[in-house]
Amino acid sequence: MNIVTDNKWIGQRTIRPDGMDKVTGRAQFAADTSMPGMIWGKILRSPHSHARIRSIDTSRAEKLPGVKAVVTSNDIVDFPIEKGAVMLGIQDMRWMCRNVLARDKVLFPGHPVAAVAATTEEIAAEACKLIEVDYEVLPWSIEIEDAVKPDAPILHEFNKWEGKPSNIMGHIEHKRGDLAEGFKQADIIVERSFTTRPVHQGYIEPHACLISVAPDGKTTIWSSSQGQFMVRAMTSMLTGIPQSDIRAIPAEIGGGFGGKTIVYLEPIATMLAKKSGRPVKMVMTREEVMRATGPTSGSKCTVKIGAKKDGTIVAAHGIFYLQAGAFPGSPIRGAAGCSFTPYDIPNLLSEGFDVCSNRSKVAAYRAPGAPIGAYAVECVIDEVAETLKVDPLDFRLKNAAREGTKAAHGPTFPRIGYIETVEAAKASSHYATPLGGNQGKSQGRGVASGFWFNAGGESSAQVNITEDGNVVVTTGHPDIGGSRAGIANICAELLGIDYRRVSVIIGDTQTIGFSNLTGGSRVLFASSMVVTQSAEKVIQTLRERAAKIWNIDPDAVKWEQGAAHPVSPNAGQFEPLTLRELAEKAPAMGGPIGAGVQLNTQGADGGFGTHVCDVEVDTELGIARVIRYTAVQDVGRAIHPGYVEGQLQGGVSQGIGWALNEEYIYTKDGKVDNPGFLDYRMPVCSDLPMIDCIMIEVPNPKHPQGVKGVGEVPLVPVMAAVANAISNALGLRFYSLPMSPPKISAALDASVKQAAE
Amino acid sequence: MADIRYLAPRTLDEAIGAFAAAGSAARILAGGTDLLVQMRSGIVRPGVIVDVKKVSEMTGIEETVDGGFRIGAATSGMALAEHSRFGKVWPGVLEAMNLIGSKQVQGRASPGGNLCNGSPAGDSVPAMIASGAVVTLQGPEGRREMKVEDVPAGPGRTNLKPGEILVRFNLPPRSPGSSDAYLRMIPRTEMDIAVVGVGVSLTVKDGICTAARVGLGAVAATVLLVEPAAKALIDSTLDEAALEKAAEACRAACRPIDDKRGTIAYRIKTAGVLLKRTTAIAAKRATEK
Amino acid sequence: MAKIHVTTTVNGEPAEYLCEPNETMLDALRGPLGLTGSKEGCSSGDCGACSITVDDRLVCSCLMLAAEAEGHEIGTIEGLAQGDKLHPLQQKFLEHAALQCGICTSGMLVASDALLRKNPNPSEEEVRFWLAGNLCRCTGYDKIVRAVLETASEMREAAQ
Repeated sequence: MNIVTDNKWIGQRTIRPDGMDKVTGRAQFAADTSMPGMIWGKILRSPHSHARIRSIDTSRAEKLPGVKAVVTSNDIVDFPIEKGAVMLGIQDMRWMCRNVLARDKVLFPGHPVAAVAATTEEIAAEACKLIEVDYEVLPWSIEIEDAVKPDAPILHEFNKWEGKPSNIMGHIEHKRGDLAEGFKQADIIVERSFTTRPVHQGYIEPHACLISVAPDGKTTIWSSSQGQFMVRAMTSMLTGIPQSDIRAIPAEIGGGFGGKTIVYLEPIATMLAKKSGRPVKMVMTREEVMRATGPTSGSKCTVKIGAKKDGTIVAAHGIFYLQAGAFPGSPIRGAAGCSFTPYDIPNLLSEGFDVCSNRSKVAAYRAPGAPIGAYAVECVIDEVAETLKVDPLDFRLKNAAREGTKAAHGPTFPRIGYIETVEAAKASSHYATPLGGNQGKSQGRGVASGFWFNAGGESSAQVNITEDGNVVVTTGHPDIGGSRAGIANICAELLGIDYRRVSVIIGDTQTIGFSNLTGGSRVLFASSMVVTQSAEKVIQTLRERAAKIWNIDPDAVKWEQGAAHPVSPNAGQFEPLTLRELAEKAPAMGGPIGAGVQLNTQGADGGFGTHVCDVEVDTELGIARVIRYTAVQDVGRAIHPGYVEGQLQGGVSQGIGWALNEEYIYTKDGKVDNPGFLDYRMPVCSDLPMIDCIMIEVPNPKHPQGVKGVGEVPLVPVMAAVANAISNALGLRFYSLPMSPPKISAALDASVKQAAE
Repeated sequence: MADIRYLAPRTLDEAIGAFAAAGSAARILAGGTDLLVQMRSGIVRPGVIVDVKKVSEMTGIEETVDGGFRIGAATSGMALAEHSRFGKVWPGVLEAMNLIGSKQVQGRASPGGNLCNGSPAGDSVPAMIASGAVVTLQGPEGRREMKVEDVPAGPGRTNLKPGEILVRFNLPPRSPGSSDAYLRMIPRTEMDIAVVGVGVSLTVKDGICTAARVGLGAVAATVLLVEPAAKALIDSTLDEAALEKAAEACRAACRPIDDKRGTIAYRIKTAGVLLKRTTAIAAKRATEK
Repeated sequence: MAKIHVTTTVNGEPAEYLCEPNETMLDALRGPLGLTGSKEGCSSGDCGACSITVDDRLVCSCLMLAAEAEGHEIGTIEGLAQGDKLHPLQQKFLEHAALQCGICTSGMLVASDALLRKNPNPSEEEVRFWLAGNLCRCTGYDKIVRAVLETASEMREAAQ
């Protein structure tokens, strides 16, 4: 293990390899691709929240001129519920096959029921209207509290909870110590219940794919996804086409944040392409994205924390109900496992409940479950600190997890950087700056911390030396945050050459070995491990080639600054042999110079962050604005600081939207009332201040460059930081998100009224 | 699939002819920032689209000899902003037009479109109403005028007769010591539909308000002219008591709904808050002149 | 439906295409003109990913009919660089890491260029309000705003 400390490229703000294409409009996203003979696919979606499908008649659609194929769930491989779970990563294919095209029942408005491919989008849309579906409409529920009622309409009849049919599909629990005893020791106990609404990942690029299936079944897929191997595997499992016949190519992806770690369109487009014999393109509209792709869960959480007068937390209990949508799989693991993790709490019970209801199936969203749980826990932590009259950052320091602490979700922590993030927040110029005042507006400051597991997992890479002495690195993960830039820096550092001589590309399923999803804050961690090992093998080869030329032992050759040198004058007096020279000599000296490595990478360390947020509230109108924000995070090693900061700033801005304005709004008949960017209110440029980042580097000793995953932690503390700031400004606590103007205004009016009484 | 035709007439008569002939299947295209969204979502399926941007009387701004303004109904907010004088005389109308959507939308969105779209939340309408503007309409039966506040008939509806096109807005000349302002409440800082919008135009002479008009948007089925609010301001020194009376008149005029943008209670309260703030800005502008 | 034949100018070059009466300018750019640099994020004018200029005025191409381009000058992201010479904004975006996934970048650059041509000395607030119609979900806008401000500053210096 080498921690490179004396760096030329690592830590530099180099230009990303894919940047030129993106600033000139040349980059190919999935919807930009086309193939000769291409036709268009459209989906017929359920108008009902919950209904049995009695029959589907596609005959009239098939007869419409221009229609080339129609598919229903008959064309998708079934994974029978009674045969038990079939897992692909964290996804159960029984739910995936039903989510992609409804089988027997529709479970949310927008649930795909059938699909058509035709020569134009208009004809495909017209044909969808000609498909006759006979529904038996059933009662429905959306909100958790409705879905868990004893008489709630049951989505999945096979499921039982405590012996009765139920929409509670699963449960997770982390325990430590003795909860009842712990609370007995507490001098103060704060217990609060919180509600959050479903929010969408909000990627600007809708899902899109272009798929062609040759008569022999050889399938080519261009798609917007966070994992071409996942696309291949899911498409294979759902269509029956062998994986080896599927080439899944990752197009540039216009945002994912977890929402593109599963497939929606690809299996459908594949079957349409197979049946029609034509390449089929499918692009979702924004409305389809909002109605029918997974947001993250809404939630109902209760958090109870007990502490002694001296500021020691003695007990904590968290109950996290998360809304899964139509099929099981809400991120209770993240909520239950991460929310208390920054703290060393001797007596703890953290439980998650997975609840199904008639809305679209949730998909992963940046540290899935953790932001929801952290919102609740960090707000209660704030109240406890306030009650004890302790500075909120000091309170966290007093109870901080550190090396040796046993985490809620099981492992004992190695050296971690949590305390450093709290100390850095305390020492920041932001924290030292007193709040200002503004006529008619109240300012307030809040802090919060957060944790995310991060991950390692499978990754493959190849490092090949070109004949003219430069480098091509092929990796296996779609780049959603600038990982190509980080890889270029690492490879340039290892080989000792200018980073511009390193090309980094993302392979497809036919050109690079298996690599797991882009998600879990793992891409740079995992890919840099295999790239490093590949580069080390390449360096070994280069040393051997030089040794042969010089007729000395390879151990007497070192690789430095892009060339082979004798280790010492004793080894011989030789002019260095550069990469270019050795590349030119390669054919005569044993052949191409390159190496590939495939690993299931291990040793990922979790990430911690602590945030400081200032808000200003227009008290007459109830509008809260974030006016200053500092995100502190232990990033392990900032391989490319610009893109690490980018992850922090992006996560913070998503959290601010979640805290203040984003939410799914439903009509009284259970349909999404705001399926567009007008009324699904994500932060715009003028809503936000500059977002300052303080990157703490506590290198991960198990990683060659000390990398820790950084992408997900930034979202975890944000809603609590904003809520705590608003509370500080107004002297009022909010227990539900979003803290939108009508809510803040109503709370202010109520408190004025109360004060007057 | 329905046939759809796109026409770009060069004269007003041609435009009216085509528009009237197609009846309810026709839609006027000015900036397109409402029409294209509605077509895309399927709310509107026009048979004939009449693009009026080539009709010279419908685009452009003209200052008349007496100091009034004639604004072509299809003029964009950006073009209005680029006029050297308009924003100085009518800062409220200008800022209202240029709060609609984004800079991209403002490059196309027009006062005619904003008014005739019939949204109770259209940003330019409260300011236009406050300005006392009169619109010129022309249809198969000829030309006529209508007060701006009489145009909206309900959500998505106007009082224009079949075949009539709104040709231009006529803003009256301003007496000395006059100005206007527009404020809206939106949850973000941009890009939202107004939850409440208030336009105030007033004249101040020797510290007394001698004339006022108040337009109130997004709190009823149409944008409202709130005469009691104006009355409370006129002949006052625009002191807190007068402002509170006018605010109460605005609150009383509200007939809002609970929807995905705001609650009834919130809209009523906000109407009063915005009335005071908008009046203060208009008064400051009026007295600084 | 008879198609309309449109003759127009795109990035300074004459261009023509056939379009349906109800097709948008964005459809025309991405379809017959093969200019996929302008992106479709929402088709309702709320995200700005489709931003172009029409006679130098910034608009959403999804809110304009393809037929309306007749006789006008259309400017897209593809026209920002001159051959292999990047516009200073493009260079600054790269240097500042002002893009991650890149889907909003075309629109951001077209909008930023339109701003600097209108106002060569914008304040941070002016930049932020001008770009409010360009949604970005990846960056939190921080580096974008810095890149635009720094470009403006360098372009003013170069002009002196």
